[in-house]
Amino acid sequence: MAIGTARYSLGADEHIFVELSEEMSLEAFFKGMAITTALEKKKVPGVAEICPANASYQVKFDPDVTHPNEMMKLLQQLERDVGSVELELNTRIIEIPVLYNDPWTRETLMRFRERHQEPNSTDIEYATRINHFKSVDEFIAAHSGSPWFVSMVGFVAGLPFLFQLVERAKQIEVPKYLRPRTDTPKLTIGHGGCFGCIYSVRGAGGYQMFGITPAPIFDPAQGLPYFKEFMCLFRPGDIVKFKAIDRAEYDGAVKQVETGTFGLRIRPVGFAMKKFLADPAGYNHKLEEVLYGN
Amino acid sequence: MAIRVLKPGLATTVQDAGREGYYNVGIPLSGALDQYSFRAANLLVGNDESAAVLECTLMGPELEFQRDAVIAVTGAELAPKLNGTAASRNQAIAVKAGTVVSFDFMRTGARAYIAVAGGIDVPVILGSRSTYGLGAFGGFQGRKLQAGDVVPVGAPKGKPKIGKRVPDDLAVPLPKELELRVVPGMYFHRITDESAQTFFEDTWTVALEADRIGYRYKQGRALKFRDRKQPFGAGSDPSNIVDAGYPYGSIQVPGGLEPIILHRDAVSGGGYAMIGTVISADMDRIAQMQPNNKARFIKVDLDAALSARADRNQRLQRLRAVLV
Repeated sequence: MAIGTARYSLGADEHIFVELSEEMSLEAFFKGMAITTALEKKKVPGVAEICPANASYQVKFDPDVTHPNEMMKLLQQLERDVGSVELELNTRIIEIPVLYNDPWTRETLMRFRERHQEPNSTDIEYATRINHFKSVDEFIAAHSGSPWFVSMVGFVAGLPFLFQLVERAKQIEVPKYLRPRTDTPKLTIGHGGCFGCIYSVRGAGGYQMFGITPAPIFDPAQGLPYFKEFMCLFRPGDIVKFKAIDRAEYDGAVKQVETGTFGLRIRPVGFAMKKFLADPAGYNHKLEEVLYGN
Repeated sequence: MAIRVLKPGLATTVQDAGREGYYNVGIPLSGALDQYSFRAANLLVGNDESAAVLECTLMGPELEFQRDAVIAVTGAELAPKLNGTAASRNQAIAVKAGTVVSFDFMRTGARAYIAVAGGIDVPVILGSRSTYGLGAFGGFQGRKLQAGDVVPVGAPKGKPKIGKRVPDDLAVPLPKELELRVVPGMYFHRITDESAQTFFEDTWTVALEADRIGYRYKQGRALKFRDRKQPFGAGSDPSNIVDAGYPYGSIQVPGGLEPIILHRDAVSGGGYAMIGTVISADMDRIAQMQPNNKARFIKVDLDAALSARADRNQRLQRLRAVLV
């Protein structure tokens, strides 16, 4: 992606919205992370919110402290500054266990079948077919086989949007439901367009439902140890690796959650975009070594 | 000191100035939707102007005060009654221990604020006492008040002056039809030239789906999006974009049909094109719109938005000068 291609726009007097690219790409996400990280470090007076998203970001600020035109210039300068450096991110890789084809999302998807493209199959069967996998097992192997970037956290508190770290041709793509559901189980693993997600709370949703994780990702009471610092597990820039588990493992994990002994495998890791793009499969293998090594 | 909730009203929540700094993980501002009326209520009872209050939507609650208290009701036209006897809005009023405070029906406006000297004393979470309903935290146990709740009140700082009132010219106006000023932007270029006109020509009606998350408007002409091959990751509807962050006050039009303006409990992002943003000075006015009220959107530029913001700040300064 060329330097100086971002589109800057006002969100009235308190926001600036920056579209880095119309289409989703790892480059656009990475550029947004670099700019927003640099902006945070600058501690610009009046800045209240810095929100990186998939291929864009927005800033909320007090225009009585920093004039919107000044803020705009500053963001454009930041784009030039980060444009020429090799983009590397110091982040974390987190393993998320998933019970695919679970009874709870299955019960929910049956209730909303008339809102679906294919009323006679389940969401995961539909996704398997239109993405040309031979079987649901093969689909699950692909979904849990390569890691995902948390490319945005939001919609509601703590909900991660996930972008899989594979070549575009290998990316899973599915349309959203024809009409959104009024219900989605908490901790559902969803997918819409090219994005995966994990529903942090129960509620409305339009993404296809593939499974469920026993791992809480949002807890205002901050019960489990990994919520010690904050009530949301995910931050933009985290890397997620799904791991398929069976019903017995799921039930065991739920019990651990209830007794407060549940933990997640989380490791610090660096991510260099150019190295990844040169050899995605090899680079992902190294990420896994970090996750499972000692 | 505490207040017992006999009847909760329709949607009564604890709110204050809100929590900033967590929108990047999907936790919105929250806080009183009409910040001007909220601050007026606090100033009347001698609180810091950002102390926590009760926000009542479309209908008042019924509250029993366990101790003597001083309260003030501002915002929507919702007349308080003390043990059934009418009392004044926009004024500091004394409430004796054991008194039941109830309300007439809400005549105009949509949100009234009840401030109590000492402030509503629920725990501070991430820097605020405001309720965030979708996340089920903040405020009173993360939810709307229910019958039987006992809501704690802090110790008053000084002795509030009974009878202190908001001058009429500084009370919040409550028209049934209003103009909301909008700075076009973000994905405004995605709608056709014709729709870019009709959006500002039509009179829009507030739909029933109007709450702290967002206000939906109906009965204007549908907006048409320009044809294009949808970018990778954007979703198939022409009103879709690659999921992005939503500014407060931003206007999205799913399927081109009904504009939605996001407010302080906003969903922080999603995949619908935002065609513009309501200026910060007009956000309080949205909070006072009832379903079926009418609005027109007025196209303005940044300078107009900043000058409206300065006017609003000045008005708040005058209010402080009168009430502090």
